[in-house]
Amino acid sequence: MIDVINRAGGDDTSRGKSRDVSGDAAPGIERHEVKAVNAAANRELYASQKAIYPKRVYGTFRNLKWLAMALTLGVYYLLPWIRWERGENLPNQAFLIDFSNQRILMFGLEIWAQEFYYVTGLLVVATLLLYLITALAGRVWCGYSCPQTVWTDLMIAVERFWQGDRNARMRLDKGPWSFAKIWKKLATHITWIVISVATGGMMVFYFRDAPTLMMEFINFEAPAIAYIFLGVFAGTTYLLGGFAREQVCTYMCPWPRIQGALFDADSLLVTYHDKRGEPRGPHKKGESWDDRGDCISCRQCVVVCPMGIDIRDGPQLECIQCALCVDACNSIMDKIGRPKNLISYDSYRSLETSAEGDHTKWKLIRPRTITYSVLLLAVCALMGYGLLSKSTVDVSVLRDRNPLFVRQSDGGVRNGYTLKILNKHYETRSFKISTDGLPNPEISMVGIGDEKNSIDVPSDDLRILRIYIKVPRNDLDKLSAEIADFDFSVLDLKDNSVSKRSTTFRRPK
Amino acid sequence: MAKKPEIDNVTGVDTTGHEWDGIKELNNPLPKWWVWTWYACILWAVVYMVFYPAWPTLTGYTKGLLGYSQRQLVADNLAAAKAAQTKFIDAVATKSLGEIQQNPELLRFALAGGKASFKDNCAPCHGRGAEGRTGYPNLNDDDWLWGGTPSAIYESIRFGIRSTHDDTRMSDMPKFGPDEILDTAQISDVANYVLSLSGTNSDEQSVTRGAAIFKENCASCHADDGAGMAALGAPNLKDALWLYGSSKEEVTTSINTGRGGVMPHWTGRLNDTTIKELTLYVHSLGGGQ
Repeated sequence: MIDVINRAGGDDTSRGKSRDVSGDAAPGIERHEVKAVNAAANRELYASQKAIYPKRVYGTFRNLKWLAMALTLGVYYLLPWIRWERGENLPNQAFLIDFSNQRILMFGLEIWAQEFYYVTGLLVVATLLLYLITALAGRVWCGYSCPQTVWTDLMIAVERFWQGDRNARMRLDKGPWSFAKIWKKLATHITWIVISVATGGMMVFYFRDAPTLMMEFINFEAPAIAYIFLGVFAGTTYLLGGFAREQVCTYMCPWPRIQGALFDADSLLVTYHDKRGEPRGPHKKGESWDDRGDCISCRQCVVVCPMGIDIRDGPQLECIQCALCVDACNSIMDKIGRPKNLISYDSYRSLETSAEGDHTKWKLIRPRTITYSVLLLAVCALMGYGLLSKSTVDVSVLRDRNPLFVRQSDGGVRNGYTLKILNKHYETRSFKISTDGLPNPEISMVGIGDEKNSIDVPSDDLRILRIYIKVPRNDLDKLSAEIADFDFSVLDLKDNSVSKRSTTFRRPK
Repeated sequence: MAKKPEIDNVTGVDTTGHEWDGIKELNNPLPKWWVWTWYACILWAVVYMVFYPAWPTLTGYTKGLLGYSQRQLVADNLAAAKAAQTKFIDAVATKSLGEIQQNPELLRFALAGGKASFKDNCAPCHGRGAEGRTGYPNLNDDDWLWGGTPSAIYESIRFGIRSTHDDTRMSDMPKFGPDEILDTAQISDVANYVLSLSGTNSDEQSVTRGAAIFKENCASCHADDGAGMAALGAPNLKDALWLYGSSKEEVTTSINTGRGGVMPHWTGRLNDTTIKELTLYVHSLGGGQ
């Protein structure tokens, strides 16, 4: 690998004084003598990870990435600290994955273990959304919002803060161990570790009341499992964000492989317009732009790439489509006065047709995206309906199966039921139970008495009742059938809402 | 590699030089850290083999330095579960049936134990749902031959009915036919009278004759009105429940040859705690008095 020919202090304004003019891509544009470390031609049987030193870049997509980082990290670090009043029996944390009580609390929403299908639905929505976005604009997830990308970006920013930009970092790594090198490296790693511990710590707060756990951490009283998971998440953040970086995306993650099947010729991918760019080569001042491409081989697109690839080689597995090369190239095109977007989001089809002078418009609405959108809307509607009609009182009835009925000494017939009332309100509620569709039923509830008595169910609790219903001998013939359908009605005495559950009453033949 | 690698035109990746039927293996190199992770896993496996049971031998298996055994783990867990139950078992053993019924937590424990013991010991005759069958009483209903209070049930289970225990519940219905107490016509009349008690007969003359015979021969146990007597295990003949069937033939057979089901005594076979749990379970089935 040829390393950078570095000219100390060689910024753009000093070009006139520079002796080695052949190093310039165009007047004033520094040309990096660099090969893409992950280019296919440079491979061995077992590959060591080669250091990538992404250069600072400015532009639209870099700003978008900062914004995405601020949003995702902001949500991640702040969410556990939001409070949400839920009454005395329940935790007051807005977002809590409460394993001990088998439920997920999300602001006003509670998902109990038996309603886990909502989480499944959420995952289906997320998957369809990813499909849709990938069909529209490629690996948006990978480039902007994947935790691996976000934390790697953060770690690189830290690295840059302590050790300087690309050239300074490369110089530092090549140079001998000195006091300056030691403290710069030390500062970098300490900051990384602080970030990692904060990351791992925050993960744990999603599972236990955050302020309580914080105090427990400070006093070294937290449960062992909290320390273990803090350690695991801190360790993986440090390792994957600080060291492994692009290796995770290239070798560990299955998603790039799956995404490869989700693009089509109309997906907008970060693309180098080779028809416009080639033949590439350095451009001398005053030289004509006719009969040559717009690419001046400045390799800015290569040095800013966090994945260590050359976008001009075409679409590649490694490319996470972060579009930093677009920003880098556009700033250069600005400087040399050529049109922007030599590298840009573009579709393969548009690339093909524009070469023939016939620039077709992007085709965002097509069967694939329509299908994904319709599916997405359908699942969202289903989820929305489910969530809106979700009851805060759950009633279930289990009829006895052995014996199916019991003949009483007075000739009446008794059936037994187990009725469960689940109160998801944040207060104790009282209920009255009655039946619909049985002739003169005598209801007796074990430990409670007859149906005139109300049943209290504490907030956030399940009450299991044994209920016997007897139909007197003279009324047996009034039953609609040997197996007669009827409803249990559970009346909520506070808001007069009624939950009905149908079941059957059996009599002998 | 000494030779310059050959580049595959389609992928732009160099080949390893291995070729089968014109298909060349591409060299997409494995990351070195991945190889090292693999070596680390091998090392881990070796360490694991030293500390944990791993290899079969001719007579058993290598035990490992930590002495870990899943069998032992199960035994320990069972012992721990037993120890955790001791508190409840002791409470059931020392408290009276009434006291246990007043304590919801203890009652729940006793009912769970009773349910399990019932299925082990009582279900063969009384059925898994205690629903009974001809000759074996249904324990869910409100009709009790020997009484349905907790203490009556407790005694029935402990000493049995017509069992070999000295304190057994005992009563004997005569064989009115073979013992030549009543003749066939009289038995038929009594049967008609008994059936009329629960409203299922029409021959009024026969019923009237039967009533007189009943007063003389049966009322001493079954009471004047036929309501029975729990102290003697004499069933209520007025209700809708018939242990041996409610047809004329079946009732006639009952009077002719007498009835006397047998239930074994459980004291000595089950411990007192289990019998208490069974009592409470049977009492809880819906007919307990």
